[in-house]
Formats: sequence, structure tokens, C-alpha cells
Amino acid sequence: MSDDRAQRLTAILERLPYIRFLGMRAELAGDEITGILPFAPHLIGNIVLPALHGGVLGAFMEMTAICQLGVREPGRRLPRTIDVTIEYLRPGRARATFARAEVVKLGRRIVNVHVEAWQDARASPVAALRGHFMLSPLEPPAA
Amino acid sequence: MTGSPEQSITLAELGARMSDSTPQAVALGIRLVTVEPGLAVMAVPHDDKLVGDPESGVIAGGVVTTLLDHVCGLAVTSKLLERGTLGPVATLDLRIDYMRAAEPGLEIVARAHCYKLGHTIAFVRATAFDVSEDDPIATAQAAFAMSARGAAE
Repeated sequence: MSDDRAQRLTAILERLPYIRFLGMRAELAGDEITGILPFAPHLIGNIVLPALHGGVLGAFMEMTAICQLGVREPGRRLPRTIDVTIEYLRPGRARATFARAEVVKLGRRIVNVHVEAWQDARASPVAALRGHFMLSPLEPPAA
Repeated sequence: MTGSPEQSITLAELGARMSDSTPQAVALGIRLVTVEPGLAVMAVPHDDKLVGDPESGVIAGGVVTTLLDHVCGLAVTSKLLERGTLGPVATLDLRIDYMRAAEPGLEIVARAHCYKLGHTIAFVRATAFDVSEDDPIATAQAAFAMSARGAAE
């Protein structure tokens, strides 16, 4: 079971070009993943501070949610994002960022997920995301 | 970042700085289309490295998120420049609704309008589209804080 989860996570991380563009990784502990975004210069959105681009933090949290759903819900296509609300709490500094996604409500097709991202301390999050995602079966019915 | 030197830059220079001097914007290939006070249009060309679903070839939602955040920021700063109070801004929150997948292979364009600029908070709406603005990929609603330096801390 846990091997299947690890394989599903690895498959998502390796198959998605945008995840490689971000340089994102993820670690699995049981059924929970931790998204890891190592710092890289191309992620900067504010060169004065310097700080990570807000869009990058949002994208990283969205991808953490997608990876978490991919691990938790086998036999589905990649979840599609319906909507996200991103709250920016602190500047994302030029260092590694981590994120965990909590599946709040798992419906048959629509899932509600909360994600939190932090750097130095989990209790001091840099950003949070609340979103809805659509789950579809692997083989869509013929049109 | 506050102070007189900031106020001397032109609208065109502000737009160019947002597309050419921001590392993440350069990495995504974001280009400035037009900017006027409170109104900004930017675009990100298709690039295979930005695909989020290899089965369909569709660009990742995160790219649209970053483009929308970026163009909203320019809509705010361009209006601040007009008012003569240009300084650093920070996104407070950003809500995005994804209507449909982007068409594979096409450039994604985003237009933002800063429709209210207060003393400390600015409100912005934006739309991302590829073929026609009437058929959006995503819409966004954002609030920005104008930071007196360190106020967001």
C-alpha cells in the first residue's frame, strides 16, 4: 500500500514539467505528503527584499494539494483546480519552503483542501491556500 | 524603496521593470503588453516546461496564478505612480476561479484593473484568456497592501 503511494507520488513529481520548473520535491509519511520547495534564484518575485514570488507560493501550495490528492485517491486523473483563495501572511524569504495539505471534505467529484506553507517554523506560516478540486475517473466515458 | 528617486520613473519603465527585472517573470517569459494607470496587460507565451498535465499538454494552473498576481501588482503600482506614492506593495489575498483549461500551444494573456486605491489597501480584478477575453481561462480578485516599510511584518 505504502509502496503504491510512493509510486504514485513519484509518478506525479516526475511527469509534470511545471513541478520540475519549480524544482519542487515531496516526501511521504504514511498517507501524508510534505511538499518541499528548495530555494532557487528564478523563484524570486521581489529582488529588493528578496522574497519569493507570491504566484510561486500559490502554485507550490496548489501542487502540494494535487500531489496529496494523487496519493490519497488512486485510479483518478490528475485533480483539476476549480478555485483557490491564497492568503499571504509573511514574505517568503530566500530559503526552502514546506507545505502540507489537509483534505477537509472529500466528495464524489469535488474536494475541499486547505494547504499551509511555512519556512522556519510551522507555527509561523508564510501563506495558506483554500481550494476546490475536481476528481475525474481515469477513463472518461465516451462522448 | 520610498523616496523621490522612485517617483521619477515613467510608466513604461515601471512596466519594463516588472517584466524584465523580476527573476520569476523572466523565468516564465512574462512580457508586458500594455500599461496605463490602474490598467495592466501582460502575457506568458506557451512553453513545454510549464505544462501541468502531460496528457493534455495544458499549462499548469500555477503559471496562470503567477501571471495574475504579477499583472495585478502592476495595475496597483501603475496607479500608485500616477498618484505620486509609488512604493512596495504586497499581495494580501488572491482568489482565482479556473473556468477552463488553457488551449495547448497558445499564449496566455491577463488583464488587470485596480478599481479602488485606498491609503493602505488596493483592490484589483483580473481576467486570464487565450483566444478571447469573453471566454476566460480564469478570473481573479485580489487585495494588496501598500507597505509603509516593514508594516507587513
